[in-house]
Amino acid sequence: MINTMECAMDAQSLISISLRKIHNSRTQRGGIKLHKNLLVSYVLRNAKQFYMNEKYAEIYRMQQYEEVMTVCNEIQELNPLDLAEDIAEASGDCCSQGAGSPLLMEPASVCCALPASNHSAHTPQQQLQAPAACSAAAALALQNEEVCKETNSVFFRSCCAEAYPVTDCDFSSLSAVHCNKTTVLDLDTHVVTTVESGYLHQDCCAVPCQGAQAPAKKRKFDFGCYATESEEVPDFTPCKRARFEDFYCPHSEQLDTSNISNLISIFGSGFTGLVSRQADSEFSLNGQFCSKQTLASLGAWTRAIVAF
Amino acid sequence: MLLVEDGLGICVVHLSLSLSLSLSLSLSGAGGGGNDVQWCFSQVKGAIDDDVAEADIISTVEFNHSGELLATGDKGGRVVIFQQEPENKSQPQCRGEYNVYSTFQSHEPEFDYLKSLEIEEKINKIRWLPQKNAAQFLLSTNDKTIKLWKISERDKRPEGYNLKEEDGRYRDPTTVTTLRVPVFRPMDLMVEASPRRVFANAHTYHINSISVNSDYETYLSADDLRVNLWHLEITDRSFNIVDIKPANMEELTEVITATEFHPNQCNTFVYSSSKGTIRLCDMRESALCDKHSKLFEEPEDPSNRSFFSEIISSISDVKFSHNGRYMMTRDYLSVKIWDLNMESRPVETYQVHEYLRSKLCSLYENDCIFDKFECCWNGNDSVVMTGSYNNFFRMFDRGQKKDVTLEASRESSKPRAVLKPRKVSAGGKRKKDEISVDSLDFNKKILHTAWHPQENIIAVATTNNLYIFQDKLN
Repeated sequence: MINTMECAMDAQSLISISLRKIHNSRTQRGGIKLHKNLLVSYVLRNAKQFYMNEKYAEIYRMQQYEEVMTVCNEIQELNPLDLAEDIAEASGDCCSQGAGSPLLMEPASVCCALPASNHSAHTPQQQLQAPAACSAAAALALQNEEVCKETNSVFFRSCCAEAYPVTDCDFSSLSAVHCNKTTVLDLDTHVVTTVESGYLHQDCCAVPCQGAQAPAKKRKFDFGCYATESEEVPDFTPCKRARFEDFYCPHSEQLDTSNISNLISIFGSGFTGLVSRQADSEFSLNGQFCSKQTLASLGAWTRAIVAF
Repeated sequence: MLLVEDGLGICVVHLSLSLSLSLSLSLSGAGGGGNDVQWCFSQVKGAIDDDVAEADIISTVEFNHSGELLATGDKGGRVVIFQQEPENKSQPQCRGEYNVYSTFQSHEPEFDYLKSLEIEEKINKIRWLPQKNAAQFLLSTNDKTIKLWKISERDKRPEGYNLKEEDGRYRDPTTVTTLRVPVFRPMDLMVEASPRRVFANAHTYHINSISVNSDYETYLSADDLRVNLWHLEITDRSFNIVDIKPANMEELTEVITATEFHPNQCNTFVYSSSKGTIRLCDMRESALCDKHSKLFEEPEDPSNRSFFSEIISSISDVKFSHNGRYMMTRDYLSVKIWDLNMESRPVETYQVHEYLRSKLCSLYENDCIFDKFECCWNGNDSVVMTGSYNNFFRMFDRGQKKDVTLEASRESSKPRAVLKPRKVSAGGKRKKDEISVDSLDFNKKILHTAWHPQENIIAVATTNNLYIFQDKLN
């Protein structure tokens, strides 16, 4: 659908450039330009859709391979109870962090599957994540790093690591369970994911309260300087909503954009992090985002950011 | 008998003479002919040095209704008005030059303490009012405030006061022994600009356009989400006639980008959106014109879809033709002419710089893709003009289906030098005298152009210079 022939840049670069533009617009003279930021958000949405479409295509390919491997594993003597323990441990860790601030709620709902995202009718707001939301997911994902190991697998580790309803899903089979899913096994981590028609189904993460509210609730992005009208301070968010059911975690292919990796450190402390970091010598507001991150944090970012 | 109207007036023609008349019409070519006309350099205004001060960047250009005055606004909030010298009787073929008539500071930078926002003083738009008396009036606007300026001449001053000395000091009344009547004596011409009205605090978002109604009593102003209707005499009140702000700002999908009143119908106006649509509204239908009377939209070509489709379809300018039958819109890559009676698609589409379609990524990176180009009609609506990069500007002759690319540069700035058409080579072999896309200077952009309402005189604004070109008179 999207003609990318013209574009030497990949979607991830576009995303980082767009985020940079949105960030720079905060400090522009004359206040934030609504029109320009709206257009930038459209580019973000398009890049994200493209990125996700590519990922889905990859998932399909990998899924086909893994289905075969799963069948093979059934033939082998695999103790499902071991798997269940791993998962329960992981979910226990993550669930304990699920309480409290909205920032921490999102990673849990990272479990939630992506609905079909190419709803052209949807506004870009519904499809995009605010940087702070990404930061939240990133922060939590970083914490979960030891649980969600980075591998070369394509699977959605964060969602696996979260309160995955292990009792509801049948690990061992390809058969459809209550949500008609396909179970896929990551041979490296013995982590199981469920994919339904290529999408991670929201129902599968019976995460208490997070899943239920994910479709309806949209995090407000604390973008204070966008407030151009006093009554609009609470709801004016040109950098559109995070919809956390849209989160999914791409696999850990190395991003070659250090831009994104640096953004994670900036947005890691929320949007106020931006302000405090302006004095940071490492961070250049104007030009290149410097300092390369390690692969691990890059990976965390890719897990968390999702196709931004 | 045949009644023929052209730009010069109404002629009654006998049918047998119609052939000779058509011949003379094409020769006179008032306001016509993109390719029949040879454009010559006339003047350039502004500093020569390449180091451009930000405040000097021209942000709007507008001829008044007679074409005698040419106003420019800049980023520093100043307005400079040029006046055309009366035609030299000894050289009737040579049109008068434009010289500085008045300069004044229209807007100052402000600070909104409530929202902690700085309000730029940049002049976004200037619109002239039709002349009703000796003074001239124009509206100028920045992001938040519109001002009505009166520009008046003073060439006489009273002399011979009884109680005042010539230098202004007051005389002691007891020293007055005789009385005299003060008389007006000529003085050096002084042009004064004074703000007569200030229309403030009506826009939450950035004002992008103003348009004076054909009733000459009202005007509208538009920001990203709202259009307000003002009366020129009333500053403390305006009517909101369009409001596209969604109840939930998260659902915002488009903004208003330009708006204009119909040139003849005082109840009709259009506004364009960032989604590439134009809505025509009739103020007689309801007080709030959120519901449009007509929606002009061309379906998107799916084969051209890219990451930047939304950006390049955003309309940056909309202008009615002088006769009110058509309107023209400018988006990033093209100019479209719409017939007001056909909403489904434009009647004409002209590609301004299609060779940029493959460069959209880089143009997005360097922000050029957000440039807002304006467009304008000539006096008889036969030619349209718009700007491009590398100080190029383009003219499209609608009748002859021809177009030309010209350049505003110091190199071609010799008096009455004919402008040579330029060509950009999109790829492959570059012919001699052609410029390759990669060597275009994207910092040199022509966003603002204006066409004299009657003559073939155009004003083209580069970054900080104003070029005036005329057609070659034989």
